[in-house]
Amino acid sequence: MALLELRGVSKRFGGLQALNRVDLTLEDGMIAALIGPNGAGKTTLFHTLTGIYRLDEGEIHFGGRSLVGLKPDKITGAGISRTFQNIRLFARMTVLENVLVGMHCRIRTNLWGTLLQSEGFRHQEIDASRKAMELVDLTGLRGKENEWAHQLSYGEQRRLEIARALAADPKVLLLDEPTAGMNTTEARSLMMLFKDLIGRYVQAMLLIEHNMRVVMGISDRVHVLDYGEKIAEGHPDEVRRDPRVIEAYLGRGTWVGDAQS
Amino acid sequence: MKVGLAHLAVATYVIASAALVFVFSQSVLAFLFFEASLLVIYYASIEQNTKVCLSALVLLVLLPLLGSVNGYFLEIAIQIAIFVILALGLNIVVGFVGLLNLGFVAFYAIGAYLWAIFGSPQANQFLPGNLFPLASGWFFPFLILSVGVGAFTGALLGLPVLRLRGDYLAVVTLGFAEVVRALVNNFDRPINITNGPRGITPIEKPPLFFQPLLEFIGLKAEPAVIYPFYFYFIALLIVMLTVLISRRLEDSRIGRAWKAIREDEIAAAAMGIPVVRMKLLGLAVGASFASAVGVLFAAKQVFINPESFTFMESIGVLAMVILGGMGSIPGAILGATGVTILNLQLLKGLSLWLNSVRQSGIVLSIPLLGNLDLSQIPAQFEPAKYERMVFGLILILMMAFRPQGVLPPRKRGH
Repeated sequence: MALLELRGVSKRFGGLQALNRVDLTLEDGMIAALIGPNGAGKTTLFHTLTGIYRLDEGEIHFGGRSLVGLKPDKITGAGISRTFQNIRLFARMTVLENVLVGMHCRIRTNLWGTLLQSEGFRHQEIDASRKAMELVDLTGLRGKENEWAHQLSYGEQRRLEIARALAADPKVLLLDEPTAGMNTTEARSLMMLFKDLIGRYVQAMLLIEHNMRVVMGISDRVHVLDYGEKIAEGHPDEVRRDPRVIEAYLGRGTWVGDAQS
Repeated sequence: MKVGLAHLAVATYVIASAALVFVFSQSVLAFLFFEASLLVIYYASIEQNTKVCLSALVLLVLLPLLGSVNGYFLEIAIQIAIFVILALGLNIVVGFVGLLNLGFVAFYAIGAYLWAIFGSPQANQFLPGNLFPLASGWFFPFLILSVGVGAFTGALLGLPVLRLRGDYLAVVTLGFAEVVRALVNNFDRPINITNGPRGITPIEKPPLFFQPLLEFIGLKAEPAVIYPFYFYFIALLIVMLTVLISRRLEDSRIGRAWKAIREDEIAAAAMGIPVVRMKLLGLAVGASFASAVGVLFAAKQVFINPESFTFMESIGVLAMVILGGMGSIPGAILGATGVTILNLQLLKGLSLWLNSVRQSGIVLSIPLLGNLDLSQIPAQFEPAKYERMVFGLILILMMAFRPQGVLPPRKRGH
């Protein structure tokens, strides 16, 4: 059974059809990529999936239950967490605090336990700190845990976003352009990390990505959006040869060079 | 424990400044030196435990002793404590959760009127049975009740305005405070609940349950003598509780959620934080501090009227939080202390000094400028008369040169 299933998801902003009856299935153990030209609706799909936008039509099923109408925090609680395309860290909090915030829905202490510093509260805090440090390590941020988030370099901030999203202990991780602005070496090390995450930290991953080397390198399945519609889906190699995809990226027209040769 | 130079220096400062106040018991300046000893302790490079012991010595022993020499010092200390509690409450709302609240004084007023109405004959105006004023023993139950009432009204204000952000929220909170003040000002007709602008008096003071104990150890004192000390210790107790609560919340899942909401609401929600619930909790906790200290204020003043709860009061507390450093507990304490001292002591002290200069009748002859008759200095020069201007200047300078406040929040180490 599919872990995450979107059926006929539509989202309109006034006259703009941002998403038009999009279907998407994510199986357990799968890394899927979502590609498409700028403005195709990729980030909108993420926002809709995580409850930031309300969808107009369609269904979203996750682990056998509907996510439609749930608030973002409930969706994260259910097991879907994400990173943002334009980095949205908590700037005036430390690296470790950022990761700890990600654990919010996995820590169970109430107001009274906090005020009285109950045994349970302290155990959970220590536990959470330990787990947070593990994620800091995993994302290569060791030694930076007590820096302000805004003091990190760009690449480090991207990785902190991933650590923070993992802290919510998700089943599905959504990554919005995780390698944007990174050089080849950085992007490659991030790819290795993603492969490691599957099965150990998350069950499935969906990433929006423009870097085709990353897309072709790690994804089991590629979904292509254009003008809010899904125009292709399949194995990376199939999608790469799909004429509709080439058209969406390069535009229609005859290849002048081809015609002459 | 190794006693180092730092220990010696700090201890010397504390003792010397206290001795100075003993000798010059009317000197505002000497008392300022003494107040600064807490700052010295805070900044000294000594162990945490020593700091706590020294602060306890200053607050629990030396200050009451000095208060017995000059009662005005005790009054100042109580005023400072009241503003520290208000600033700590607002620090949670503005500093942690990041909700700009321009009407914080409303919750202070609610707490004050809660005890004023039932701790005075006022409640007889609308409740039958001539049961009021309640016995002074009800003070402490009302203190606890006020925490609940404050939290409730804080959350209630939150409900309709949670969708608003930044400037919009600020305007609504400002309106809320004005509504509360207008209600208090006008609710003397048709049913007289608040006695309107005439205010409420006399308000019961807290019970002297320990008086038999004092007599037992041979201390015979009039209630009028005991009360300033009593209020001081109650205020100090509430300060300690609010500091403790603020600190524990700050270093917890709740405090982290608040700060995350302050930094980025959408990311906070995406990280699993129930934004609405957490905001309401922040508003409730902040309001409960203000409401509790309102009860203390009413009992201490014996008389309250709407004049004590104006917009300027809200702005004053906000300025304390901003000057001290938003989101920083030591900052809020320092900001409240500094501004209160400035208002109560520094400017008044300067005015007194200027007056004495004027009355001395000395004529200075300054080359090129001619004679300066000091008795001709106009009364408009008295600093106490432009308190607000000095305050405003400080705000401008601080925002220009140190916008993060005197003691901005530190990194939370783990």
